[in-house]
Amino acid sequence: MESYEILESTGVATRDMFENLLPSSERRAKGPYIVMECYEEIPCNPCVTSCKFGAVQMEELNKCPHVDYEKCVGCANCVSHCPGLACFMINETVGDGKIDITFPYELKPVPAKGDIVNALDRKGAVVGKAEIVRVLSGPRMDHTNVITMRVDKELIYDARNISLE
Amino acid sequence: MKFSDIVVIGGGPAGMSAALAAADAGVRVTMMDRGQVLGGQLIKQTHRFFGSERERAGTRGIEIVKILRQQIAENKNIEVLKNTECLGIYSDGVISYETDGKYGLMTGEKVIIATGAAEKMLQFENNDLPGVYGAGAVQTLMNVYGIQPGQKVLMIGAGNIGLIVSYQLMQAGVQVAAIVEAMPKIGGYKVHASKVARMGVPILTRKTCKAALGTDHVTGAVLADMDEHFQIIPGTEEEIEVDTICLAVGLAPLSELVSQTRCKMRYIPQLGGFVPERDENLELTAKGYYVAGDVSCIEEATAAMIEGSIAGLSAAIATGMNHPEIIGKRDEWIKQLENLRSGKTGAKIRSGFAVMNGGK
Amino acid sequence: MRITDHPVLEFEHGPKVQFTFEGKTYEGYEGEPIAAALHAAGVKKLREHDGRPRGLFCAIGNCSSCLMEVNGVTNVRVCIEPLKAGMVVRLQTGHGRLEF
Repeated sequence: MESYEILESTGVATRDMFENLLPSSERRAKGPYIVMECYEEIPCNPCVTSCKFGAVQMEELNKCPHVDYEKCVGCANCVSHCPGLACFMINETVGDGKIDITFPYELKPVPAKGDIVNALDRKGAVVGKAEIVRVLSGPRMDHTNVITMRVDKELIYDARNISLE
Repeated sequence: MKFSDIVVIGGGPAGMSAALAAADAGVRVTMMDRGQVLGGQLIKQTHRFFGSERERAGTRGIEIVKILRQQIAENKNIEVLKNTECLGIYSDGVISYETDGKYGLMTGEKVIIATGAAEKMLQFENNDLPGVYGAGAVQTLMNVYGIQPGQKVLMIGAGNIGLIVSYQLMQAGVQVAAIVEAMPKIGGYKVHASKVARMGVPILTRKTCKAALGTDHVTGAVLADMDEHFQIIPGTEEEIEVDTICLAVGLAPLSELVSQTRCKMRYIPQLGGFVPERDENLELTAKGYYVAGDVSCIEEATAAMIEGSIAGLSAAIATGMNHPEIIGKRDEWIKQLENLRSGKTGAKIRSGFAVMNGGK
Repeated sequence: MRITDHPVLEFEHGPKVQFTFEGKTYEGYEGEPIAAALHAAGVKKLREHDGRPRGLFCAIGNCSSCLMEVNGVTNVRVCIEPLKAGMVVRLQTGHGRLEF
C-alpha cells in the first residue's frame, strides 16, 4: 500500500511521510524546529496566522502548510493553535542520546515537570519511557496544554503521545 | 398577529449568524428556537474549528457560541423567542408556533429557515436497545450535562463526527473500544484520525456492526467485515464487550418546514438527501424564503455560519436594504464560502451543487 | 456517571433536587433534562414499545425514543424536559394517552 493510503485507512502517518517533512540536517543540528504533520489538504490555516515569524506558509486555505526553517525559531506557538493537533516541535540538540518532542495535550490529569511517563506511538502503544521536561498551560492556550517530553532519539518518528501510570 | 421584517427559524450557528447579519443591516429580526438556550448543536462542540481567521478558526465551538449569544443579546434589532417550536408555514405566509404550551401566529416580510439536521440511523439487529445513541446524543450528555454515556463505546462511522466524538469521549474519561467504518477509507479529516489513533483507538475500515447484544440495554456488539459491495462477509463476525454503541453515520436535513413553503425540493445525496433548490443568495424557488446551514446541505458548522451571514444579508437586501456596502458584504461572504469549498474536501459538496444547477 | 474533572469544560449545575422513578427516589440537578438525571443514576431503559425496551437516542427532542410519563402526563420527551423537585417519573408502555 502507498503511504498515504495507509494514513487514509488507519489514521497513522508512515515513517517516510514524516521524514519528508524534516528540515536539512544542518537546521536539525541548530535547535528546535516545528514539524507540521498535516498531510491532507483541508480548509484550515490557524498555523499560518498564529506564527509571529512568518515561518508557516500556505499557498491558499485548502493547501497543506510549508515551514520556512530559516524563519522558524521553534517557539511552538502553533502547537496550541492547530485545530488538528498536528504540530509537533522537535529538538535534537539535547544530547545524551535524547531528543525533546513537544506536543499538544488535552486530557486530564496533566503531567507535571519531572514526571516519568509512558511514551506512546502513533497507534497508542507503549514504546518507551518519557521524562516530562516542560508543561505550558494557562488561559492563552485555552486548555490545549503544550507538553515537552524527553525520549530516546530513536523515537523521533514514533513517540507522539503519553500515558500516565 | 406578530410581524417582523425577518423571521429566522432555528437558533443554531446558521440561524444566529443570519439574525446578526440581517440585524446589522438595519432590519428587525425575530428568531425562534425550540431550545432553552441559543446555539443549537454548537453548544457541545468542544474542539477548535477549522477554516480561516474570519470564520474564527482555532476557536472552540463552545467559545464561538458565547460570542454569538453576546452579540445577539446586545443587538436591539433582534428579538429572541426561546422554547418556541415552529409548527408550520402556511401558503399565505403565516407561521405558527408553540411557546410554553401556547399557540402563536406571526408573519415576516422574509423568512430564513435554519432548522439544521437529524442524525441518520443504521440498520442492524437490536438497534433499538437502550445504549445505542446518535453521536449528537453522546455529545449532549457528556459535553452539555457532564454525564458519561457509558464506560466502553463502539463508534460506528469514521467521518469527522465519529472521529471528533471519539476524541471527546476519551476526554470525558470514557474508553472507545474501536471505530468501525464501512468504507475502505476514513471519511473525516486525517488529523482527527491521527489524534484518536495515537490514543490507542483502533480505526477499522471495511467493518460494520452486525448486531447489538443485550436484553435491557447494550452489553456488547457483533462486528463483521464488509466486502466491496458493502455486504457482510459471513464467518468474519466477532463479539466485543461494550455498553454503548454510538452512531455517527451521517446527517439528514430537517427539511419538513422548508418543504411547506412549496419550494422545489431535490434529492441530492452529496448534499445530504432532500434539500431545497436555492440560488447563490440562498433564496428558495418559493420567493421570500431563504435557507442556511445543514437544512440547505450537510456541511461543517463553519460553512453553516457563512451561509447564515449570506442568507441574513440577502433577506435584508430584499426588504429594501440594498445599500451597495451591504450587497458588497454579502458578495464577500459568497466568495469566502466558495473558497472554503474549493479544496479536495469540498469536492462532494461541489458535485452536489453541480447536480442542483444542472437542472436535472 | 457524572464527569468530575474535564480537560476543557466546567459544568454548572442548578441545586440538587429529589424526584421519583418507578416509586424509587433519585437525585438530580434542577433544570437538567430528566433523562440526564436518570442516566447519571444508571437508568437507561425509559420506555417499552411493542414489548421492547427503549432509551435515549437523540437527546435533543427529535426522535421520540425517550417518551415517559411525568406527573401523570404521558409522551413527555424527557431528553429536553427540565427536572424539577418532586417530579414523579414512570416508565411508559405503549402509546400513552391524550387527556383534555
